[in-house]
Amino acid sequence: MSKNELHDTLDQAQSTQEARMGEGVDSRFNSKLREAFGSTPFILTKFDQFMNWVRGSSMFMLLFGIACCSIEMMHTYAVKHDLDRFGAGVPRASPRQADVIIVPGTIVSKFAPRMKRVYDQMPEPKFVVSMGSCTISGGPFQEGYNVIKGVEEVIPVDIHVPGCPPRPEALIYGIAKLQERIANGETSPVTVKPYELEQFGDLEQDELVTKLADQVDEDDLVMRYNWADSA
Amino acid sequence: MSLEQPRQPDAGVTPEGDLDYDELADLLGERVLDREEHINAEGFVVRPDEVEDTLSTLKQEAGFDHLSCVTAQDYQDRYESIYHLKKYDDPTQELSVVVPTTRDDPTSESAAGVFDTADWQEREAFDLVGVDYEGHPDPRRILLPETWQGHPLSQDYNQDKPQIVPLREHANPTEERTNVPQESDTMFINIGPHHPATHGVLHIKTTLDGEQVADIDPDVGYLHRCEEQMCQQSTYRHQIMPYPDRWDYISAGILNEWAYARAAEDMADLAVPEYAQVIRTMSAEMCRIAAHLLAVGTFALDIYGDFTAIFMYAIRDREVIQNLLEDLTGQRLMFNYLRLGGVAWDLPEPREEYFESVRDFLDEWPSRLEEYHNLLTSNELFQMRVVDTGILPPEEAKSYGATGPVARGSGVDYDLRRDDPYGYYDQLDWDVVTDEGCDNFARASVRLQEMEESARIIEQCVDLLEDWPEDERDIQSNVPRTLKPEPDTEIYRAVEGAKGELGIYMRSDGTDKPARFKIRSPCFCNLQTLPVMAEGEYIPDMIAALGSLDIVLGEVDR
Repeated sequence: MSKNELHDTLDQAQSTQEARMGEGVDSRFNSKLREAFGSTPFILTKFDQFMNWVRGSSMFMLLFGIACCSIEMMHTYAVKHDLDRFGAGVPRASPRQADVIIVPGTIVSKFAPRMKRVYDQMPEPKFVVSMGSCTISGGPFQEGYNVIKGVEEVIPVDIHVPGCPPRPEALIYGIAKLQERIANGETSPVTVKPYELEQFGDLEQDELVTKLADQVDEDDLVMRYNWADSA
Repeated sequence: MSLEQPRQPDAGVTPEGDLDYDELADLLGERVLDREEHINAEGFVVRPDEVEDTLSTLKQEAGFDHLSCVTAQDYQDRYESIYHLKKYDDPTQELSVVVPTTRDDPTSESAAGVFDTADWQEREAFDLVGVDYEGHPDPRRILLPETWQGHPLSQDYNQDKPQIVPLREHANPTEERTNVPQESDTMFINIGPHHPATHGVLHIKTTLDGEQVADIDPDVGYLHRCEEQMCQQSTYRHQIMPYPDRWDYISAGILNEWAYARAAEDMADLAVPEYAQVIRTMSAEMCRIAAHLLAVGTFALDIYGDFTAIFMYAIRDREVIQNLLEDLTGQRLMFNYLRLGGVAWDLPEPREEYFESVRDFLDEWPSRLEEYHNLLTSNELFQMRVVDTGILPPEEAKSYGATGPVARGSGVDYDLRRDDPYGYYDQLDWDVVTDEGCDNFARASVRLQEMEESARIIEQCVDLLEDWPEDERDIQSNVPRTLKPEPDTEIYRAVEGAKGELGIYMRSDGTDKPARFKIRSPCFCNLQTLPVMAEGEYIPDMIAALGSLDIVLGEVDR
């Protein structure tokens, strides 16, 4: 086989992989094994599908309470609604053991960096359900001086469940939708996240940064809120 | 009060038990520069450098032992701090101390030397409005991050300016540990803001000496969602009412709505039909049961991880109550049911069916309560964990402005439903529960017994409602479509919320929106007592003390 022909086969293999992945599948679902093989032999395709089904059927939620919605979230976990019936109801106290984070409440300026940190600590693949109006847009507190206008300003979101607060049934529906998506290997596109954790020293030197220079260290992580842009 | 020695009658009280403001003014002498008329009480205007003297005279000689609230606000020409004083023995005896300062130099003397509760309240006033308190032991921001620029409730604040918030405290937990000096036995740990035992987003900076808590500093503000600002930009008539539901969101919505309804109704002089008062009383007590149930359930979860029995039972019973409330109001959690001058709508039809379901709940309730007592109060494991831990002496409780089950668990016999009656409570037969144990056990036991009393109240309300003549079922009095109270009317009114005294200060400026809306949160004051309870104890006892305080971060941070 000539060098050229070999090259063509590799090309073909790569495009097969892409074709098999289909649209709407992002790298979050790719197993290490598949990357190592470069192409997708039949058995690994089936294995990936199997893994997706497993992921969707046994989700570990992060025990994460913020505000009013967390009360309805507790009711969803507990008797009567019993989220565990759907294979998604074991709350884990540590982010390192969780696949799904339900964000149940208003995010304010002081909490957003902490939430980002908790999200970063979760292992991949991870999914986010935003619960309630506050996490969609700031909800009834949108005009507040301290309120982040939706959780998507900080972390990407897969499913939005509207309501103030959503009923447990609504949350269950949202989670069932998420499970369906995971089982099919679909995820939502990652939207723009204007607020990032960054080192103080990397910020653009403007009036505010100079003013805070003696209070904050160069290598401290900070989150900068440009309220005027996010409204 | 049972714990106190008989003492001299307070200065400034008439033999009938009313306040004599002239006598009080004489007591303070020349310190009173001016006297203002607020709806709830008179306001004595004093100089900013005589705050401590004035308050300590009023506390020692006139018996004002309860600094209920500190309100700061700014006018065009001045800043003002108002100290709302009350008495634990008789909260209808109220007095406001008004301290104006200039706009150029908003410095006022701190009251933290007289009342411990002034510590956090003044920090909040500094944080949000920008009044400096001279001699304050700990002048830091409390709700907003330390690097925040400006004071958001002052008039010249620009909300669109960018802000920078650092993530310093938790940057690297292991680094914190290695920073500790080698010989020292102390260790610094962060608990929260994401931690299951903190009941939300509370951050507790804890210094340990061995296994004992040496120092503890609750860091709040992770849920400060500008409730006061929201209320200040909403109209009295309809727009404010949905917000109180979201202060104490553990199903205590109607209790909170009542705080606003009561303040606004007294301010605008609105009547409420008796029938509506009975419905309010009944639904409010249902909320109290639901709120206490969650407190008890999570308390068991906190102290010995009882997720399977008590927690689940509590949630199960909450579901029953939430169904009753949903039938009544249309919502499970955020009821928005009270209206100024009444309630939104009458009991659901068919009424008999509704009464029957309430009675079903009430019939079952004694056996449910007995089960909780079996699982909790008479459980040896539980007793070992909570008896004689988290001691809060009554005098400290008063000085920190503790109210509700926390105060009553320390033997402070203070319940606004009885002492400052509103609604239909004074015509019903029920008791205020107190316990002189002062420990975690006492607070949990007070809550359990209060649920029993609440059920008694509900039962009497159902009896009344069943027999209420059909043509007298007024649920709403006549209230103008747009409510514009007289300019410069000021009022501070409180109700007994699920966690204690939930008060609201409002000042009108002649428009249909309040010029200043201040929420006196019971949880905020109760949480201040945590260092008293926890310092010197072991870490698990601190967690138990925190659970027994039953805080809701939505109400702490507002």
